[in-house]
Amino acid sequence: MIKILFSHIGKYRKASILTPVFMIGEVMMETLIPYVMANLIDMGIRQENMQRIILDGLLMLLLACLSLLFGILGGKFGAEASCGFAANLRNAMYDNIQSFSFSNIDRFSTAGLITRMTTDVTNVQNAFQMILRIAVRAPLTLILSMIMCFVTNRELSLIFLIAVFLLSVCLALIVRFAMKRFEQVFQKYDNLNASVQENVSAIRVVKAFVREDYETDKFNKAAGNIYRMFVRAEKVVSLNAPVMMTVIYLCIVMLSWFGAQFIIHPLNPDMPLTTGALTSMFSYVMSVLMSLMMLSMIFVMLTMSIASGRRICEVLNEKPDLTSPVDPLKQVASGQIDFNHVHFAYQKGTGEDTLNDIDLHIRSGEVIGIIGGTGSGKSSLVNLISRLYDVTSGSVCVGGEDVRRYDLEVLRNEVSVVLQKNILFSGTILDNLRWGKSDATEEECREACLLACADEFINQFPDGYQTRIEQGGNNVSGGQKQRLCIARALLKHPKILILDDSTSAVDTATDAQIRKAFARSIPGTTKLIIAQRISSVQHSDRIIVLDEGRVTAFAPHDELLKTSQIYREIYETQTQGGGDFDNPSQIGGDAV
Amino acid sequence: MNRGPRRSGIDSLKAMKSQKSILLRVLKLILKSYKWHFLIVIACIVGATMCTLQGTLFTQTLIDDFILPMLNGTISPESGFADLSRSLVRLSIILAIGVLCTFSYNRIMIYVSQGSLLRIRKQIFSTMEKLPISYFDTHAHGDIMSIYTNDVDTLRQLIGQSIPTLVDSLVTLIMTFVSMVILSWQMTILSIILISFTLLASAKLSGRAGKYFGQQQGNLGRLNGYIEEMIEGQKVVKVFCHEKESIQQFQSLNEELRTSATRANSFTNVIGPVNNNLGHLSYVVCAVVGATLAIHHMASMTLGSLITFLTLNRNFSRPITQVSQQMNSIVMAMAGAQRIFALMDEVPETDDGYVELVNATVDSDGTIRESAQRTGIWAWKHPHHDHTLSFRRLEGGVTLNGVDFGYVPDTIVLHDITLYATPGQKIAFVGGTGAGKTTITNLINRFYDIQDGKIRFDDININKIKKSDLRRSLGMVLQDTHLFSGTVMENIRYGRLDATDAECQKAAVLANADGFIRRLPEGYQTVLTGDGANLSQGQRQLIAIARAAVADPPCLILDEATSSIDTRTESLVQNGMDALMEGRTTFVIAHRLSTVRNANCIMVLEKGRIIERGTHSELLQMKGKYYQLFTGMAPENQEA
Repeated sequence: MIKILFSHIGKYRKASILTPVFMIGEVMMETLIPYVMANLIDMGIRQENMQRIILDGLLMLLLACLSLLFGILGGKFGAEASCGFAANLRNAMYDNIQSFSFSNIDRFSTAGLITRMTTDVTNVQNAFQMILRIAVRAPLTLILSMIMCFVTNRELSLIFLIAVFLLSVCLALIVRFAMKRFEQVFQKYDNLNASVQENVSAIRVVKAFVREDYETDKFNKAAGNIYRMFVRAEKVVSLNAPVMMTVIYLCIVMLSWFGAQFIIHPLNPDMPLTTGALTSMFSYVMSVLMSLMMLSMIFVMLTMSIASGRRICEVLNEKPDLTSPVDPLKQVASGQIDFNHVHFAYQKGTGEDTLNDIDLHIRSGEVIGIIGGTGSGKSSLVNLISRLYDVTSGSVCVGGEDVRRYDLEVLRNEVSVVLQKNILFSGTILDNLRWGKSDATEEECREACLLACADEFINQFPDGYQTRIEQGGNNVSGGQKQRLCIARALLKHPKILILDDSTSAVDTATDAQIRKAFARSIPGTTKLIIAQRISSVQHSDRIIVLDEGRVTAFAPHDELLKTSQIYREIYETQTQGGGDFDNPSQIGGDAV
Repeated sequence: MNRGPRRSGIDSLKAMKSQKSILLRVLKLILKSYKWHFLIVIACIVGATMCTLQGTLFTQTLIDDFILPMLNGTISPESGFADLSRSLVRLSIILAIGVLCTFSYNRIMIYVSQGSLLRIRKQIFSTMEKLPISYFDTHAHGDIMSIYTNDVDTLRQLIGQSIPTLVDSLVTLIMTFVSMVILSWQMTILSIILISFTLLASAKLSGRAGKYFGQQQGNLGRLNGYIEEMIEGQKVVKVFCHEKESIQQFQSLNEELRTSATRANSFTNVIGPVNNNLGHLSYVVCAVVGATLAIHHMASMTLGSLITFLTLNRNFSRPITQVSQQMNSIVMAMAGAQRIFALMDEVPETDDGYVELVNATVDSDGTIRESAQRTGIWAWKHPHHDHTLSFRRLEGGVTLNGVDFGYVPDTIVLHDITLYATPGQKIAFVGGTGAGKTTITNLINRFYDIQDGKIRFDDININKIKKSDLRRSLGMVLQDTHLFSGTVMENIRYGRLDATDAECQKAAVLANADGFIRRLPEGYQTVLTGDGANLSQGQRQLIAIARAAVADPPCLILDEATSSIDTRTESLVQNGMDALMEGRTTFVIAHRLSTVRNANCIMVLEKGRIIERGTHSELLQMKGKYYQLFTGMAPENQEA
């Protein structure tokens, strides 16, 4: 995992290497400064030696300047390296997501992908910066301070060893217990948020049943639960500071006692301990224990970011399972579609096939209706035509060639799909339409809109074609959105046009009008229309009736009424009491 | 989706002021319930800081009072060490108190911070539950959610870490300052002058860092929004081969984020080294000046006090560094707190109703009496100005009289709606999208309040009825079915909390839901998660019908689903709906022929007006809009 992540450091390699180098410089200066400070006091102030004071002062200033320089450079490069790394990770993930096929997309949830690209990347970025800066700094400070201690006085340094050991054990225990408890809390915490989410989206139900107090009680209980768990977890963490202080104070007391002893009764009369040396021992004590504390923090943060790193790698490692062939066809000859004994399953090898032995042959320019219940495989069927998914066995041919032989972009430009769950993007109406053809003139856009019956309402907007669409297209009605999506698909001037339940929110009259306009203006285009309403498909040249992934009938309306029981059932429910009221079929007569 | 603080330099001053008031409000919120805790915490911090100071100062005592005199022979080693051991014991006790103080305030702070968060969570949730529907209709659900997740988390950081650090730093600063003044006021002035450089540098750096940090949040928000939009529409991107453009746009947004993040982090990273080394500078200057003073015996400076002073001076810059390092999380928390308070300050749904729904018994002579038990008979209890009470039996008659309404005051979407529904009648609304069908139903249960006209329920103006009682007498089955995490049984019982299992099951039978529920792996005890994701849409709808049935309201609002469910379940749903409507006043947004045929009256809506009304056959004979809708023989260019 780490190898994959680090391979995205890219051009920030230089900064990533320089940061620790400067950090080492800074740490060295910081270790030397207390030494000079001790000299300044011992040799200068205590001896009333003004010259020594000024000399040591200047030396300290010089070291301080160097330390500042290293510190600033280290900080700057550290920021550059970590933020650059994060940006590279985001780019790499986004690039990969763009190469995802539909089945890749199905595997990740939108919310999941967003979290991976934001929160998770931020976690990894912080961890990376920590590795470059603190993870270099803390152990180095630890080692250098220890060395300085041993150089100053070996015997007193033993106190440190004991302290370091003691503190390490305590911190390790704290970290272990705390992490376990926090993991539990965070899981519960997610559940709490899930229930809030539920409440926000179902607020109408809550209010309609006057369950505000009930829900509030439920929430309060859950929140109280979280509170208790958080307190339990944080209690462990709160031991950190007192333990740390106890060890530091123990060191101070012991150093004071033994230090004084060693000065008065030196073990080695040739090298007595000086008071200045004792003072610097006090500062090293702090550095050593502080860096230990930092190490434990780094450990916690790194373990927390490992999960994030893993989630990022999941996206980076996801291989798109649809790619253009090596020597692709760049031309689609016609709008002819052939399904040759096609089997299809979303998850290969497991479960039942979504589509079962489909064998269909559609002529160029035909209008085909597709009808069937939810889950009968209507969308799956049409999604195979523009190769949004690959067949499990059999083949789908467009213009007489297997779709897997075409360049994906060419194929998808010739086979224009208006998806069932369609989406407009933030931007003007024109911007949205030009997704279909990036260099379309306003006139072309207007023509497409006229065909899709969208021009009439666009003109009623004060800003016309320049009207801004908000994210998700929430400022236009469902029917208007669908018509804009149809216009967008028309702008591709495709050989095959697929409408996947794309007029469900459009009223029946307009629906009929759009179909008439298609017949008049783009007669050569093969049109596949999936619909729930019989009225939307009954005028098609032929109608495919799907049931549980199989084609049960494929014929014109009148013939189906005679031959297909399923079709007749749907027709009857829709016309005799069960169907859509908005249904304009010619049932008016017998209904009265 | 652009969130976070993004202010230009012009109103940054105003922002600072509002930030201060937000911080004050956060403090007030904590103090409201944790005044004593907080005082103890401050006392403990003061104690801990004093004890730590003792530890720091002891080094000098050790050298000046014990080691040097012993070395010089002023005191004998024996008595010296005896004194030292006593001092060390004393010091140990003081330090132990310090540890105890630290332990206590850390512990208490857990309760203060987690307790405050609990309160905040509870408060935002209960406020949210009371907000009118319009709030939820006008705010993105993701934004509301983010208050619970991101914004509350930033407050956790603020209360748990930043505020204790601020208090701690302030106390340390004051104590150190006082000790310094006692030692030498002249040197203190010098030290203050030098420290002010550090302060200035910190303020500048953290100001810059804060600015870029704000930019970073803004850029992050924009990137977030872009990712959300694109990934939501990823399939469209694929269908239109728009990958290249989308990557390009992403990269430019990402680059902006990188630039601001690098800047923000650079400044934050630099604060530490700059403060530290300015501290060193101050140390050297103080040492040189102090030594000069001490050697020439000026300003009552001794060598011992100089060394102590220098130690204090070193401690002086640490709290400043600490505070400036907390700046980022403070800025973030302020932005979060602002959004939390904005939600808390939202005006809750008002309810001036005083007419209540009570259980009642009816005497043989027809007088209605209030009853404490559940009788199955309900009545409206209507208090009058003269303190008398009158009762009226709940029947479910609804009238609308000249109702005008607009979601925003200036744009009226419903004009002069008048209709009568006597108890048990079915009123169907038909018309195209945006004709105002849903809006009318939103008015009857007061999800929205009307601008003009009157709505009466059993001849009582609905404004006089307590909202909760009004809604209890109105059942609702919406097109988008929402279920809650929990068992199927719990979901049905949502309609009436005191319903027995048998009653819930009876409702399920009525709704035609019993059959499929029994076939679920755990039957009625099957746990539903994620809005009933493990059920089909039709099945969810059946449960929603059962839920309304168990509530057994006299009046119903139904929004029929357009037929996007499979035909088999659809007929189950239809029959369930029909059973539910039996004997109740029903307002139905109709999509099905059987519903309109059976309706007592059909309202044809267009552009917020009722343009035709009557029964199915009457309307067909009229050969107007309804006829057109029904037969589909709409003239060209007609928008329904």
